[in-house]
Amino acid sequence: MAGRNFTFFKKRGNKGYLFILPFFLVMISFQLYPILYTLKLSTTSPVNLFENKFVGIENYERLLTNEVFLKSIFNTWFIWLMNFIPQIVFALLLAVILYEWQIRGKDAFRTVFFLPNLVTAASIGVLFAVLLDWQHGSLNHILMALKFIIEPINWLSKVSIARGAVAFIQWWQWFGYTTIIVMAGLSSISGELYEAAFIDGASKTQAFFRVTLPLLRPIILYVVITSLIGGLQIFDIPRVLTNGRGAPDNAITTMVLYLYNQAFKNFNVGYASSVAYTLFFMILFFSILSFKLLSGKKQRGGSEL
Amino acid sequence: MIYKRSRVESILLYTLLIILAVLAIIPFYMMVINSTHTNVEISKSLWLTPGTAIIDNYKIIQGKVNIWRGFMSSAIIAVPSVILSAFFSALTAYGFAKFNFKGKEAFFWVILATMMVPQQLGLIGYYDLCVQLGLIDSFLPLILPTAANAAMVFFVRAYIQSSIPDSLIEAAIIDGAGEFYIFIRIIFPLALPSIGTMSIFTFINKWNDLITPMVLLNSAKKFPMPVVVSNIRGLYETNFGAIYLGVTISVIPILLVVVFFSRSIISGLTVGAVKG
Repeated sequence: MAGRNFTFFKKRGNKGYLFILPFFLVMISFQLYPILYTLKLSTTSPVNLFENKFVGIENYERLLTNEVFLKSIFNTWFIWLMNFIPQIVFALLLAVILYEWQIRGKDAFRTVFFLPNLVTAASIGVLFAVLLDWQHGSLNHILMALKFIIEPINWLSKVSIARGAVAFIQWWQWFGYTTIIVMAGLSSISGELYEAAFIDGASKTQAFFRVTLPLLRPIILYVVITSLIGGLQIFDIPRVLTNGRGAPDNAITTMVLYLYNQAFKNFNVGYASSVAYTLFFMILFFSILSFKLLSGKKQRGGSEL
Repeated sequence: MIYKRSRVESILLYTLLIILAVLAIIPFYMMVINSTHTNVEISKSLWLTPGTAIIDNYKIIQGKVNIWRGFMSSAIIAVPSVILSAFFSALTAYGFAKFNFKGKEAFFWVILATMMVPQQLGLIGYYDLCVQLGLIDSFLPLILPTAANAAMVFFVRAYIQSSIPDSLIEAAIIDGAGEFYIFIRIIFPLALPSIGTMSIFTFINKWNDLITPMVLLNSAKKFPMPVVVSNIRGLYETNFGAIYLGVTISVIPILLVVVFFSRSIISGLTVGAVKG
């Protein structure tokens, strides 16, 4: 046996297995195993303190009729769409401005827009919670100083404003990042295409919609999918903003906040595991859908030439 | 493509850019300013200039929780994670970049696939695993998984493929160097620019993580910064100056990292996007 192994690794290429082995050992034990174990848990329900029994898809059935869970799906999507749509619009606009118009201090603007992105989300959540506070918050003070409002508004106690606030914070944290990604996409578009378009009499707006936007499709796809994966898992800001209650009236209870509360507060481990898998399938489905929608048209655009 | 523009267009453009820049900065500005005012001052009106209460606010914070201990815990988690992830990602990346073995493509697809899996998916199973291994309330389960960092393998592999020639490795083999020696003495140093860039992200991601330490740690004295900060509002419910100062202390290091490394961070972000 030892002799055979010796000849096996004598071939240089096979030594590659040894280099990638530690990664896969760690991945299997710390990532893959927990993922599969969670799948198994999602099909069980507690009998007593120590035992679980197999219940098949019962947890999933319960889930789909649970009002709070359905609400958490709605909240998660609402928050994601309300931040992603403005985010991509601003990113396209700002990227074109910063990239194609000679702007003084272009790099400085880019860095400043990006600044909120990497700051600890938990800190951002606390910061906005105090900035939006009813009596002490700076937002009310600013609005009152500007005479926009006469009395302080209790922002986070209103359902739609609380949700909007989370979407705004997400937008605020991510528009600079997306701008940078779109700018990288713009830099890969050849200037000759624009010259050709202008010679053919295209306006700036036409050039944007007919040249820039179609060629940015792969970059937009990348942004949609990464944002979808991250955005549907939103947890930190809703959790911190409301001290974990998701209040008022579960207005900002997102899917992962619901998962956390079910698993680690109420100890409904099997049930919470089915939340994890529902979220996973949802992300998978919509990632594939966006991939089909956004990359399929590329060939048609090509054949039109 | 550079457009000519009128004066009116210029004014509109700069106005938009400046408004957005102010919007990006103003919450941080208010945070710093308010952390130097007393609770009474903050509740009464809006402050745009610093006050004098910063030391008092600091004393209030330290009276209830040792905020520097949060820093220590964060560092104890983030620093070893960065080292583990740098070493093992480079090792794996080199294995994929410069060796030809059966099933290489398939293994690499597995790595790409793990990048698409939501982090939260295995959390409950991971908690159970840590209970079985007796690793709850330990820093280890927060550090060890970082040895398998798919995004970093992907990035460093691309860098090794494009910037380290095969002839260099062949020459070292002819000179009688062992494979591991070649990795440590030649590959790792040469791949360091890409390893460095990705390590900034590993560090920030580990530093910012809230949900995993919340789930895996029990004792308050082990809580890293994000957990400490997320509890700060409950602790000082009525003292806004102290809350602002606590948030300021937690945010400043990351702001400095971002400003200081903005060039490498931005180049690191865009490589993934343009290739992907």
